[in-house]
Amino acid sequence: MSEKVSVATVWLDGCSGCHMSIFDMDERLIELAEHVEFVYTPLVDRKDYPEHVDIALVEGAVSSEDDLNKIRKIREHTTTLIALGDCAVAGNIPTMRNPFGTDAILETGYIETATAGQQVPDSIIPRLLPVVRPIHEIVPVDIFMQGCPPSADVIYFVITELLAGRKPKLNDKTRPGA
Amino acid sequence: MTQTITIDPVTRIEGHSKITIQLGEDGSVADARFHVTQYRGFEKFIEGRPFYELPGIMGRICGICTISHELAAAQACEAIMSVRVEGTAADLRRIVNYASLLQSHALSFFYLSSPDFLLGMESDVAKRSIFGLLETHPEIVRDGVRLRSFGQKIIERMAGRRIHPTWIVAGGVSEPLDAGVRETILAELPEIKALVRRSLDWFKRAMADYHEEARVFANFPTLFMTLVDEREDVLELYRGRLRVVDSTRREILADFHRTEYQDYIGEAVEPDSYLKSPYYKPMGYPDGIYRVGPLARLNVIGKMGTPEADQELAEYRGLNHLSSFYFHYARLIECLHAVERIEDLLDKPSILNPRVRAHASANVSEGIGVTEAPRGTLIHHYEVDEQGVVTGGNLVVATTHNNLAMNRGVLQVARRYIDGENLSEGMLNRVEAVIRTFDPCLSCSTHASAQIPLRVQLLDPAGAVIEEALRG
Ligand code: SF4
Repeated sequence: MSEKVSVATVWLDGCSGCHMSIFDMDERLIELAEHVEFVYTPLVDRKDYPEHVDIALVEGAVSSEDDLNKIRKIREHTTTLIALGDCAVAGNIPTMRNPFGTDAILETGYIETATAGQQVPDSIIPRLLPVVRPIHEIVPVDIFMQGCPPSADVIYFVITELLAGRKPKLNDKTRPGA
Repeated sequence: MTQTITIDPVTRIEGHSKITIQLGEDGSVADARFHVTQYRGFEKFIEGRPFYELPGIMGRICGICTISHELAAAQACEAIMSVRVEGTAADLRRIVNYASLLQSHALSFFYLSSPDFLLGMESDVAKRSIFGLLETHPEIVRDGVRLRSFGQKIIERMAGRRIHPTWIVAGGVSEPLDAGVRETILAELPEIKALVRRSLDWFKRAMADYHEEARVFANFPTLFMTLVDEREDVLELYRGRLRVVDSTRREILADFHRTEYQDYIGEAVEPDSYLKSPYYKPMGYPDGIYRVGPLARLNVIGKMGTPEADQELAEYRGLNHLSSFYFHYARLIECLHAVERIEDLLDKPSILNPRVRAHASANVSEGIGVTEAPRGTLIHHYEVDEQGVVTGGNLVVATTHNNLAMNRGVLQVARRYIDGENLSEGMLNRVEAVIRTFDPCLSCSTHASAQIPLRVQLLDPAGAVIEEALRG
């Protein structure tokens, strides 16, 4: 067998539910590990995004300066970038903060509901962006996988189609929210 | 010249985190801090929504402990409706809650932490993962996958889907239990119990090699908090009274109803973290440091309340209850307990009762729901107007309670293992491992432990970066 296909799974501003759906492939995850190498995911200790990744599944919207840097880097070093789930595809839950504005959100979290040291944290940690955005508004996306989260079956289908050298057709398999 | 080691990102609660370790002139650790770098703002953006949407929205806080958030949200909504869910609906919720505990603990123990125990804290970084274990310990990987999927499948079978189900509603649950589903789950239980027992066996043997970790992994006196059953001194994850005990675990400092939580729990803000630092109010900040989660639960309660888990508890009592290393052991004991409880609940004749939902609109203007999530006490607090539209909210999420202890633990481990002159990847893995014992939600524990580009910055006395090196 030739080299394994490299896969990364990353999450930005998401709830981890899309990653749970990846893990929900259960034993199929073990089976997949024979054909792909999970080079960069919450399950391995790899420290930096690899120079080249074949497939990246990205969960979550772009919400902080860190997210912005990450998604640009991922795009640059990835062949097939998959927006995994409604947050990545369309913004979904994280964009609920947009109508209120980031400042108002921070005010509630750190001034109104705190009882000591009331202040908006701003040292060492990355700033939150004024507006939360879905991934495709920042960088081009190759495959959009709707769902909150997309099911394990759909994720498995997409990966195996890509392994077989086909572009997965998702029209009848996913919808937002489901 | 001082140096800062940055482990970035570690992550938590729906988000991301990093650790900074400040070295002194001689290369020894001067300080270490755990910073949470993401904030989402659920407390604000629920404003203007009808209250009954909250279980569905709040479940999206977390894909791992969706069930816990839905339960805390539903209980808060039920307080607003002046409804108390009893009987079959409460029992069904309990089963799904235990299932959620199983999948979450399996993820933490097997997928994230077991490579450290089976391969070693300082083993080859390229192999130190569940994928590496496939080569050396495939049977243990399969057990982990099986246990997690067992929990997820109960949720799927009873609540309709594995992640973000809509079955938990304000007033109860949307569907009663199907008799066939009950039989299927009962039939699988003996195998799962055997799986948990053999996991306990190998972990207890492995623990013998981790004395030093047990000594320095966030091992210090703190208070402990959890829910307890309203009548008996047994573990209760779904609903109960809140109890705080002192660091000897013998003296009860406070025992209170959830509506009083603000009298006992304060929340402090530090400038370098989006994670607030709750503290036990009567002792002030930061002296009122306390821990929640599996370790705290076992320290606070008198009994587990199920026979096999109680036998394990007796053994656990022989260990140092202040060491956070034993979070892992406590997690496995809770898994055994959950399997026993699921069986008891499914055996109840009333469990197939079809009346599982109450209907009411908003009757009071405020509601508080508290439940024990896999990682500890979870508090949802909402205010609504006369139409039941949300006007305000406050959440204290399980991982948050442990913030002070995680910070102190990071410093303790860094002091013991980090040698600034001869820095190695394995040393840093131990600093991450202390965070892993707390299992601060996938963001923190997995994501965290996962992507750690390590940036070492050399700073001049004015704080300017002179040199930067990336290790990985
Ligand atoms: S799409 Fe849904 S499951 Fe995925 S990260 Fe967003 S809220 Fe979570």
